[in-house]
Amino acid sequence: MTRANRLPLTVAVVYPDLLGTYGDGGNGLVLARRAAWRGIDTQLVQAWSGQPLPTADIYCIGGGEDGPEVRAAAVLNADRTLHRAVDGGAVVFGVCAGFQMLGSRFPDSANRSHDGLGLLDATTRKGTGHRAVGELVATVATDGPRLPGGERLPPLTGFENHGGVTTVGPQARRLARVVHGVGNGDDQRSEGAWSGRVLGTYLHGPVLARNTALADLLLGWAISPSAPGSLEPLDDTEELALRNERLESAEASAPNRLFARLVGHRH
Amino acid sequence: MAVEALALTNRLSRALGRGSGTVAGGRVGLALDPSLLSTLARGRRVALVSGTNGKTTTTRMMVAALTGPGSAAVATNDTGANMPAGHVSAMAGTLPGTDAVLEVDEGYLPRLVDETRARVIVLLNLSRDQLDRISEVRMLAERWRRSMEGLQAQSAPDGPGTVVVANADDPMVVWAGSPAPRVQWVGAGQVWHNDAVGCPACGGGITFGNEGEWGCDQCDFARPTLSAWLEGSVLVTAEGSRFPVDIRLPGRFNRANAAMAAIAAPFMADPDHDATSSGPPLTTALALSRLSNVDQVAGRFATRERKGHSVRLLLAKNPAGWTAVFDLFDEHPGDDAPVVLSINARVADGLDTSWLWDVPFERLAGRPVVATGDRRRDLALRLRYAEVAYTVVDDPLAAVDRAIEMRPSPVSQHAGSSEQEVADPIDLLGNYTAFAELWSRL
Repeated sequence: MTRANRLPLTVAVVYPDLLGTYGDGGNGLVLARRAAWRGIDTQLVQAWSGQPLPTADIYCIGGGEDGPEVRAAAVLNADRTLHRAVDGGAVVFGVCAGFQMLGSRFPDSANRSHDGLGLLDATTRKGTGHRAVGELVATVATDGPRLPGGERLPPLTGFENHGGVTTVGPQARRLARVVHGVGNGDDQRSEGAWSGRVLGTYLHGPVLARNTALADLLLGWAISPSAPGSLEPLDDTEELALRNERLESAEASAPNRLFARLVGHRH
Repeated sequence: MAVEALALTNRLSRALGRGSGTVAGGRVGLALDPSLLSTLARGRRVALVSGTNGKTTTTRMMVAALTGPGSAAVATNDTGANMPAGHVSAMAGTLPGTDAVLEVDEGYLPRLVDETRARVIVLLNLSRDQLDRISEVRMLAERWRRSMEGLQAQSAPDGPGTVVVANADDPMVVWAGSPAPRVQWVGAGQVWHNDAVGCPACGGGITFGNEGEWGCDQCDFARPTLSAWLEGSVLVTAEGSRFPVDIRLPGRFNRANAAMAAIAAPFMADPDHDATSSGPPLTTALALSRLSNVDQVAGRFATRERKGHSVRLLLAKNPAGWTAVFDLFDEHPGDDAPVVLSINARVADGLDTSWLWDVPFERLAGRPVVATGDRRRDLALRLRYAEVAYTVVDDPLAAVDRAIEMRPSPVSQHAGSSEQEVADPIDLLGNYTAFAELWSRL
């Protein structure tokens, strides 16, 4: 682990006052704890919307209601700190509203379209059907991000709750393919998107608590950007127990047996 | 006819042991007569109590406040059936004209306001809860607001009109309640501010001061002028009266519920009620004295004995509720009795457990925690990241027994000792269905 001499590792939860509705602040806590448990000097910063956005190695942007989402995007676009940080190699992780606003356009509750941050090639429009609410399982795409050593990430599990439909453009890649649930809601059954060190998903849970491989992927990007090495393994017994329970629960309600084949082994 | 069918179904439902017999009959009644709610409400004085937290307790307190020696019964949905089926059942079970105090699910409040022409509406608080089922907080506040706008139109010029009693310390409630023609603003307190940081009027930021005052930094949306407020354990009115809130239920949040009920109840009896007036029919002081005797609400705050230990039952359903219970724990510093936490995620609880990460479990550090319930795995993972020591026990009742085993040996009970110490109870905290299961099994 040869991180530049820019210690400690800083994880910022972006605007928890506006985008803290769905427990996604937990993602910041998971990242900070998993780094600290490995002996890495870490600080977790709650970046409130009234203040200038601090410099950080990882920015977590959570889900929120439509009004606050519009406000957060406007403030972040005016602040520009996040855009500069991405240019400098920072990791940005967005969930739900946080994912939508990373793209170029997203709608509010009255279906007016707003400027996103333009950090991911994706656009979101209002869905025509029911709001997507429920457990979601998705297998990480073959061209999805890889763990150190080239390993694919295990299936993602989480809870989705959104009305938006997100289309991923050619400059970004889809994160995963939906096995159970809705995800991006496009005709590809895709879920999430990523490009460089910017990654977005519809999954709550919080997603990094349920999917520690994804948490460690983001940590690896931040800790050793040029040569992501393997992070020391942690005792994830508790996380595995929860993952297995959630995957089994989704499987039990899955409409067909394809599920088991797609998800394969559970770890 | 709908009323008879309702009563018959409820009797059947009870006889078949399929529930407390309040919802099934209500559904049948409403299916036969969709206007049953307004039919049953006609000719009654109705109070509606809604909000994210405290509505069952506040409803219970209002009923207690309105019930004195020799006074008539009050129709109420005290089994927690807080949707229209429960409301029609509660009213159908009493004589026409009987006063009704109804706990109302937040999402159904506009419908109840429309159909019951309520005399009093109590708005407690609005925060995140069951986001997979109920609308987001802001959408809910907007729907309440439109409903309050409607009050203006529906109150007859010579009628008594509707009095809204609303918590002035919750900006979402103030946004919702402001358009009502008659509002009593009560400074009841609200510890949880995380759902009210963005101004609902203009999208600006709301700033909270140290003295309970708050306001938007970009427009004039701010805490309204108070009719009454809580100062510690004293309810103070704008006219200068001071009423001690000395109640049997524990915690600051229950004093807030008591304050809301004590201000609201007198308006049921007399719409021109003035808090300083003395004498019949019902004063704030009398209301407080009556409701102070409430010692448990459908099991909440009740104490049960198990294997020689006392177990206190607590219910909290969402981050604001859990935070309020942790505040209650802090009222007894040094208490290191074990805590049993039980989490389910059934339909009535909300299917998404993400909210556990908004609960400051870090505050339990130092107390032994036993995690149980359907979703004990989610809870355990949250506790792991909170760095709180915990044990997972699959069966909720076995979890209580484990907590009893974990407790430091009980204070020896010397016969004849006059200074016998009473050990702190083991606290058992569950969300909705987890609590209900433990209450029925203990």
